[in-house]
Amino acid sequence: MPQVTFADAIRAALIEEMKRDERVILLGEDIALYGGAFRVTRDLVRHFGPQRVINTPISENSFVGVAVGAALTGMRPVVEMMFMDFIALAMDQIVNHAAKLHYMYGGQARVPLVIRAPAGAGRGYGPSHSQSLEAWFVHTPGLKVVAPSTPRDAHGLLKAAIRDDNPVLFVESKLLYGVKGEVPDPDEVVPIGRAAVVREGEDVTLLAYSRMTGLAIEAASRLEGEGLDCEVLDLRTLAPLDEETVVVSVAKTRRAVIVEEDTRRGGVGAELAAVIAERAFRHLDSPVVRVACADVPIPCSPALERAVLPSVEKVAAAVKSLI
Amino acid sequence: MKLIRAFEERVDRLFVEGRIHGTTHLCIGQEAVPVGACAAIRPSDLASGSHRGHGLALAKGLRPDRLMAELLGRRDGYCQGKGGTQHVASFAHGFLGTNGITGGGIPIATGAALSAKLRGTGQVVLSFFGDGATNQGTFHESLNMAAIWRLPVIYVCENNLYAMSTPIREAVAIERLSARAAAYGMPGETLDGNDVLEVREAVARAVERARAGDGPTLLECLTYRHHGHSKSDQREYRTRAEEDCWLQLDPLLRSERRLMAQGELGAETLARLDGEVAAEIAAAVAFAEASPPLEAALATHGVYAE
Repeated sequence: MPQVTFADAIRAALIEEMKRDERVILLGEDIALYGGAFRVTRDLVRHFGPQRVINTPISENSFVGVAVGAALTGMRPVVEMMFMDFIALAMDQIVNHAAKLHYMYGGQARVPLVIRAPAGAGRGYGPSHSQSLEAWFVHTPGLKVVAPSTPRDAHGLLKAAIRDDNPVLFVESKLLYGVKGEVPDPDEVVPIGRAAVVREGEDVTLLAYSRMTGLAIEAASRLEGEGLDCEVLDLRTLAPLDEETVVVSVAKTRRAVIVEEDTRRGGVGAELAAVIAERAFRHLDSPVVRVACADVPIPCSPALERAVLPSVEKVAAAVKSLI
Repeated sequence: MKLIRAFEERVDRLFVEGRIHGTTHLCIGQEAVPVGACAAIRPSDLASGSHRGHGLALAKGLRPDRLMAELLGRRDGYCQGKGGTQHVASFAHGFLGTNGITGGGIPIATGAALSAKLRGTGQVVLSFFGDGATNQGTFHESLNMAAIWRLPVIYVCENNLYAMSTPIREAVAIERLSARAAAYGMPGETLDGNDVLEVREAVARAVERARAGDGPTLLECLTYRHHGHSKSDQREYRTRAEEDCWLQLDPLLRSERRLMAQGELGAETLARLDGEVAAEIAAAVAFAEASPPLEAALATHGVYAE
């Protein structure tokens, strides 16, 4: 089975969906000839033309709004937000419009919109180009938030997102773009809203998503040598959250460590910890622990950046603190 | 225009009587803009409005009774009572909605125009907003995109001289908001927004350009809201003398006088029209008040499209 990169898996899903449905259009900064800042849309303008691969001016709020208007009237736009950090410029159109129109217009409106957001730190881009802001959108009713960790899931979940009639934030870890894996079936659509147990274990559940899933798996492998049997859950979708899979796993292992790249306070892990407290409290043998980014802007220097981010060592230490 | 005026006056009364909950933004005095503009488009064309949008909704063909039901939060409202005055849409009428965020509807209207162009539907889109919205980034960003992509959209600025309480002369340093069109490479024009025929003609010219593939137009329609910004407004920021002056320029009065001078409208016809409008509004209120209240269970349904 050939291996493809995370970036190419996304690109393949875009090509397949654009061939399948002519209503799918791409909008974003420098996505046409340049192929996007991370080259995910390279050559697509040659395949599909400038009518469907549309370079926008640097106007994040309004080009998201344009995509919302196009989605309302029969198109299925996929917007590339060059860096997830820039999504702060588009909050009004995402939060006050895209997320709400279906509900507030009493079901008349549908907003089949995907916003692809290259996220995360680790490349030395500094405070305005490194954030993981998914918690803002998890907190917004009406949005779906997807954050895959493998090429296969990126491919299958992007296809699901494009076919979904709701606005979907699609979180792409920048550090995963070059990671390779199998995409066994070009027609596979991975359902939104389902977590995956990627490693079974008995002693503790590691809950992770996006790039943090890899860290969790690596930590679990190391801990195996020390006689600890970790289960790893890849959440894959953050909203709507697959609470059932979380609760079943934590009820079995009786311990939970959450691994997230977003900042700790009010983050995705806080929501997960609350779900566990509400639905699995009586099963717990120890407190829920979060391994998250420190509550600071992401510093630029590699030494400082490493210091604030989760790492395999930090995850392993957190697990051992519970036993 | 008479229907809009009567609708809005009735909404005002329902508020005073405590029969409507929440807030409202009345367009009394501004009726000529939506009526003139919608007279220049086809029913299949699209429109989106501002927070002050009842007039545009009615001009676009929405039924007064279902609109009233929405304001009253009843089941027969266009949006199941979930939207209310600032968030009412009827996609069946090509009405993409009023909007509670100043300038929030401008990029959405622009995107609808992009969609119409890509799908080759021949539709044009009217994007309505107030003078205050022209200081939002969405105004500038959207006009720019519409111009570079030559989209079939007409930007209709209802300049009623005040953004809530802030006079336009304190909020911009130029005389005419239409001058901003030049910055984006599109035609801009300032109109007497209280002259329904002038509005209709200017919009018709813009529609013709849009349908021919020649791109967007910015129309600044000078008008005046007779009432305050919203129901709590005491209008301390403007003088009664200024208001009296604009009352003389009331778009309904001017249309009536013109039609009477041309012999196309007599006192008898006028009285009959007034009677018909009053009956329609009374029926709308009766319909809305007879519409069943909404069940609480509905509140948590419909967040996601199935």
